[in-house]
Amino acid sequence: MNHPLRGSSAIVGVGLAGIGEAPGWSHLELLAQASLDALDECGLTLDQVDGLFTSNLNNFFPTLTVGEYLGIRPKHVDGTNLGGASFLDYLISATGAIKAGLCEVALICYGSNQRTASGRLVTGSDAPVWEAPYKPRYPVIAYALAAARHMHQYGTTREDLAHVVTSARDWANKNPMAFKRGPLSVEDVLSSRMVCDPLTVADCCLVTDGAGAVVVVSAERARDLPKKPVYFLGGAAAQWHRQISSMPDLTVTAATESGKRASAMSGMKTTDIDLVQLYDAFTINTILFLEDLGFCPKGEGGRFVSDGNIAPGGTLPVNTNGGGLSCVHPGMYGIFTLIEATQQLRGEAGERQVADPHVALCHGNGGTLSSQISVHLGDETTL
Amino acid sequence: MAQQIEDGEGPGPDRTYRDHLAAGDIKIQKCAGCAEYFFPPRIMCPKCRSRNYDWVEVSGGGEIYSASAVRRKPDRGGDYSIVLVDLAEGVRMMSTVTDASPTDVSIGQRVRLEIGDLDGEKAVTLTTASEERGS
Repeated sequence: MNHPLRGSSAIVGVGLAGIGEAPGWSHLELLAQASLDALDECGLTLDQVDGLFTSNLNNFFPTLTVGEYLGIRPKHVDGTNLGGASFLDYLISATGAIKAGLCEVALICYGSNQRTASGRLVTGSDAPVWEAPYKPRYPVIAYALAAARHMHQYGTTREDLAHVVTSARDWANKNPMAFKRGPLSVEDVLSSRMVCDPLTVADCCLVTDGAGAVVVVSAERARDLPKKPVYFLGGAAAQWHRQISSMPDLTVTAATESGKRASAMSGMKTTDIDLVQLYDAFTINTILFLEDLGFCPKGEGGRFVSDGNIAPGGTLPVNTNGGGLSCVHPGMYGIFTLIEATQQLRGEAGERQVADPHVALCHGNGGTLSSQISVHLGDETTL
Repeated sequence: MAQQIEDGEGPGPDRTYRDHLAAGDIKIQKCAGCAEYFFPPRIMCPKCRSRNYDWVEVSGGGEIYSASAVRRKPDRGGDYSIVLVDLAEGVRMMSTVTDASPTDVSIGQRVRLEIGDLDGEKAVTLTTASEERGS
């Protein structure tokens, strides 16, 4: 009865590079550093990579540019641009490609030097003609509109949003790699500079450099490699709109759909999930996704986070690396959800290690709450 | 079978919408098949997929669905309003409220549509509804 992709592939190597600031380094150099580290971890080499899954905000032909830089000749590539959700989608497509025999060693990779190169959040915004005259400040305006509507409809407060930030910071304080560390209070968040009401600069993800890489092979091959395999259990993509003005209901995302289908593939219910890594580009994301992925009822996300559930010591470890709010956000964050989940499921997360986790849910968001990708990962006990 | 663009058929819906605005009319599409209004402009009804539609003048009434003030330094023009407005016809648009402080626009507020000039471009803008303006 198992879905043919369930448990068929595994993450066998992960790498990180240039997290935070990497002055003088290009996005390709950082990407390659992370990729070599990920391959070194599992004893594979660039010459063995025959599947390349990558996109970025610098290159029009990302798989061609990255393939050339790495000096590889992949026989299967995927450069689909779903914004920050892309890398979770690549894990699904890489799993399918490996199962179908299109490639054997898949490298999923990303790099960005946006912080030291431009000092600004680089986005792929392309406002259509019926939005452009209003000068919507993308991406933050989209999330501000969603937050305002959620507050109006469900009584969610700015304090609730602030608890998303402080929970992420409390996790970051356990992660030596996190870019933003140190004490942070709800009051600090509330008194931060307003960017687009109701979101302050503290409600927005960081602008950092950074690169990540993930190596994926068949489950069978994974068992012969040095690292404890982290298996793909299920995954699903969903999308209902592109522009925020075309989103049917600003308080309900397509994560409701991707989450259910990922669960149908993995057989894992929300109560089976030990930790969640989700794309917290803005504080409202965390609240929306916790609701839409079934961890609390619709409208209760604000109270769920304010009650301390997602902070260290809470009932549901969320963004244990510190997330895009406090750890790293180099433009497209998705790959870091896979890397953190892998480190947690291997038991390699140091001070921030969750006790004995077996199942992780990674969730990616792209565009303006547009692309939603849910992935379930598990250790060998879940097969 | 290929769909030919006939001579004299005029531009596509996207351009037609803007041409109407430039001529002083706020018109959106109404499906000739299922009577659904739709926006943004498309070549087919998103509900029943019919390619037959009419351009219809909007009634001009709307309600703020969500609102934000984009904060900007005074020397760069100051704060401005970005909203999503639900038209009486059931479609949603991005727009801006022009006669209220950007931070005073509230969800659920009644507004009237008009055509404004935003940096030389005609666009739908909103004013807070009042008795004498209501239809």
